[in-house]
Amino acid sequence: MSLSGGIIEQTRLTCAIGAMQTVVAIPRAVPILHSGPGCGEMIAGFFERSTGYAGGTTSPCTNFSEKEVVFGGINRLRQIIENTYKVLNTDLQVVLTGCTAGIVGDDVDSLVAEFAGQGKPIVSVETAGFKATNYESHSLVVKAIIDQYVDLFIEDNVPRSEKNTVNLFASIPYQDPFWKGNLAEYKRLLAGIGLKANVLFGPESGGVKEWQRIPKANFNILVSPWYGKPIADHLKLKYGQDYTWFPHVPVGANETEKFLNQVLEFAINQGAQVDENKARTFIKHQSEAYYQEIDNLATFLLEFRYGLPNHVHILHDAGYVVGLSKFLLHEVGIIPKEQFVTDGTPEKYQDLIRNDLKSTSEKREIPIYFETDGGKAQEILRSIRHKGRGLIIGSGWDRELAKEKGYDFLSAAVPTPYRLVMTTNYAGFSGGLRVIEDIYMMVLSTYA
Amino acid sequence: MANINLTLPEVQIREIRINSITGYHGDAKELVEAGKSGLKDKDRSFSQCMGCATSKAACMTILIQDAAVISHGPVGCSSCLHEFAFTYRVNSPLRGIEKPTPRRIFSTNLQEKDTVYGGNIKLAAAIRDVYNRTKANAIFVLTTCAAGIIGDDVESVCNEAEEELGIPVVAIFCEGFRSKVWTTGFDAAYHSIARKLIKKPRRRRQDMINVINFWGSDVFADWFEPFGAKPNYITPYSTVDGLKYSSEAAATVQACQTLGSYLGAVLEQEFGVPEVPAAPPYGIAQTDRWFKALGKVLGKEDIAEKIIEEKKKEYLPKIEALREKLRGKRAYVTAGAAHGHGLLMVLKELGLETTGAAIFHHDPIYDNKREENDQLAMGVNDYGNVPNFNVCNRQEFELVNALNRIRPDVLLARHGGMTLWGAKLGIPSLLVGDEHFSMGYEGLVNYGERLLEVIENDEFVKNLEKHAINPYTEWWLKQPTYYFLKGGTGI
Repeated sequence: MSLSGGIIEQTRLTCAIGAMQTVVAIPRAVPILHSGPGCGEMIAGFFERSTGYAGGTTSPCTNFSEKEVVFGGINRLRQIIENTYKVLNTDLQVVLTGCTAGIVGDDVDSLVAEFAGQGKPIVSVETAGFKATNYESHSLVVKAIIDQYVDLFIEDNVPRSEKNTVNLFASIPYQDPFWKGNLAEYKRLLAGIGLKANVLFGPESGGVKEWQRIPKANFNILVSPWYGKPIADHLKLKYGQDYTWFPHVPVGANETEKFLNQVLEFAINQGAQVDENKARTFIKHQSEAYYQEIDNLATFLLEFRYGLPNHVHILHDAGYVVGLSKFLLHEVGIIPKEQFVTDGTPEKYQDLIRNDLKSTSEKREIPIYFETDGGKAQEILRSIRHKGRGLIIGSGWDRELAKEKGYDFLSAAVPTPYRLVMTTNYAGFSGGLRVIEDIYMMVLSTYA
Repeated sequence: MANINLTLPEVQIREIRINSITGYHGDAKELVEAGKSGLKDKDRSFSQCMGCATSKAACMTILIQDAAVISHGPVGCSSCLHEFAFTYRVNSPLRGIEKPTPRRIFSTNLQEKDTVYGGNIKLAAAIRDVYNRTKANAIFVLTTCAAGIIGDDVESVCNEAEEELGIPVVAIFCEGFRSKVWTTGFDAAYHSIARKLIKKPRRRRQDMINVINFWGSDVFADWFEPFGAKPNYITPYSTVDGLKYSSEAAATVQACQTLGSYLGAVLEQEFGVPEVPAAPPYGIAQTDRWFKALGKVLGKEDIAEKIIEEKKKEYLPKIEALREKLRGKRAYVTAGAAHGHGLLMVLKELGLETTGAAIFHHDPIYDNKREENDQLAMGVNDYGNVPNFNVCNRQEFELVNALNRIRPDVLLARHGGMTLWGAKLGIPSLLVGDEHFSMGYEGLVNYGERLLEVIENDEFVKNLEKHAINPYTEWWLKQPTYYFLKGGTGI
């Protein structure tokens, strides 16, 4: 378990069944919950506007009652699955269990195997809430789909048979509010260096057909501080696909260039047929276009005489905490002060993340706290004060704290009722520019 | 007499206490009749995510100004509760709260090992930790499926903490699997509040009337003023102290009989606060009855008559003018029980045709056992029947099927997730969050004007219809709406 198991105030993550959103993010896939009646509502409410094709109130659910708790719910589940095929048009069904089914001990795997045996594209995965967080269960769900579904198509999809194709594992759908935009931007950037990326989630993916082609990819890319790594490890064993690991969200030019160069070198080593010169030219062009904007921006940043934030605290998952810290320090000139990782990072990954953040600057130390308990993180932040105008980047929970402290606030993490995100990306060159726009739109609006 | 036993920690669930059901297909009149002779619930052989009691108990406690709330379960069971922190903030100006404080919402974050060894010790520690952090005037502990099944002794843990900390530590039993009627969560919260917080009255205050409601606008202050009384809104935006002495009020009224059924009955039966024997004021006839009943309880019938006369003089011409414009428009309603009934009456009063309803559950009789409080019975009597009256606990597939068949001119919804389907079918759809918006004579004007606006401004839904994504099969849309309900052809 990644969480120390202490109490959590103001949660910024949810439980294992939250990975129903991993299913919702696959075009035309449906999560089927074998759970209590409230689980789906809790998850939909946590993420907000998260229905997708067949999530939220569309998702079938056995709605455990006292009867199922006492006698087991497997017959109920059978009925619900059978009728799901009649009522909903879907390409993939993923049965997720809740606490009730987990404790009662229903044999869901056998039942689902029966349906799969009849040729149905159906998968089961154990996601009892007390077993894991949604950051962890995201990997469980993806692995279950690979093992129980993708594997069925292996004969037509010879492992590593497409030299220039890669699988990308990055944002966790919905938990990363910018997942859709980020995946689209990664895909565009990777195409720019000559790689075809399976992004697997959202409108830029090819739905279940793309999932079927996962084995064909030459290698995999993992963009994450820790979550999703079990997927990449699993594929390495399963299909012999090596992976290159970039440990934080690449926001802005420095990190995006680094990311693309790392992938390019890895691709060449893996035997991909890419035109290196063309790829480098693409990166250079992207970077130049980006710096044209920063060039214009510099005048504003240096000359705006009425006050701009000079330091930032970020409460987010480790990928954003590190990615945004690096970006804001070097490319915007906002100094990262105390940072808070709220994603329940397992202890074994914490030092890697500390070191990654440490590498941001040789001349300054950026304190980092791993604190899943948002209330505690805020308590620490409440007692900290630095000179100048402060900025907090976090979830909706942090808005009130920012107000209390008189800081600027940018809503960029879930849960948040204060912001609508559709296809905005924070990753990549354009993502960096968007972060800048968002921060200063909010700052300048305080002068109205 | 209502089925209330405050010596027991757990409230009796609605299905047993008042014979509530979640599956029915027929018309409203039949349902009212059937309710008198004993309704039988019907199961479905297909179902979608319903929602559960825990978040309903949560909203009635999180919005108490000076309380903290602990969800005793895995972290997921507290994950949508941030929505109530937002609600508290946004609606606080409606209740004159200038500086809304952050809501204090915790999870004991139960892990797998806790499901093996039990979560009692963890909960005990959590309560003390929360108290030290918040210094709240009361701590509410909400149970969840996991805590319920592993059999944690939440009541004892809370009692021990209460003794040690010297503040009420209130266990609320609202596990999702216990009841198919999620409003049992309201009952669970009220039951525990009544057991642990509400005190025997020291006196009877003629200047205070309890209003059991959500977080709607403060319309009752104006209505009570001529009677020389002020509303005591419970439980959202109340304080722990304010709740304690809700037992001293002159009377209790409801914003929604489904919501406050249990608390109203408890206040009457256990603490001597009479519940006004009239369903909430939706529609002219019911508003007349409501003011009269209120006047009678307060011994000020003449004042009630005067209010009715004055208000009617002012609003009836406006209502008539709206009727002219709305007459014959076809409406469909989806909402929780009594509020849905209220909306149907408002629509009928405004001259619309009510073509059907998907109501989340049905209480054949409320806890006070008075027929005068039965909004549906009163409404059917005043305005006649409602066809296609479906009781369905937020089963979207049935709603989509019914809407597709009936194709009303306008869809009225009360809960999230439902208006989307009206819009996808090109039907102008309206969700009003403020439960007081359409109450009283003036409410008819408010609501009528909003309706006109919604029906008129249909460009967005007409465009959405052209591009709507629909996961439902063609086969399903052709089946009878109640195909999967017991007695239907598909079960």
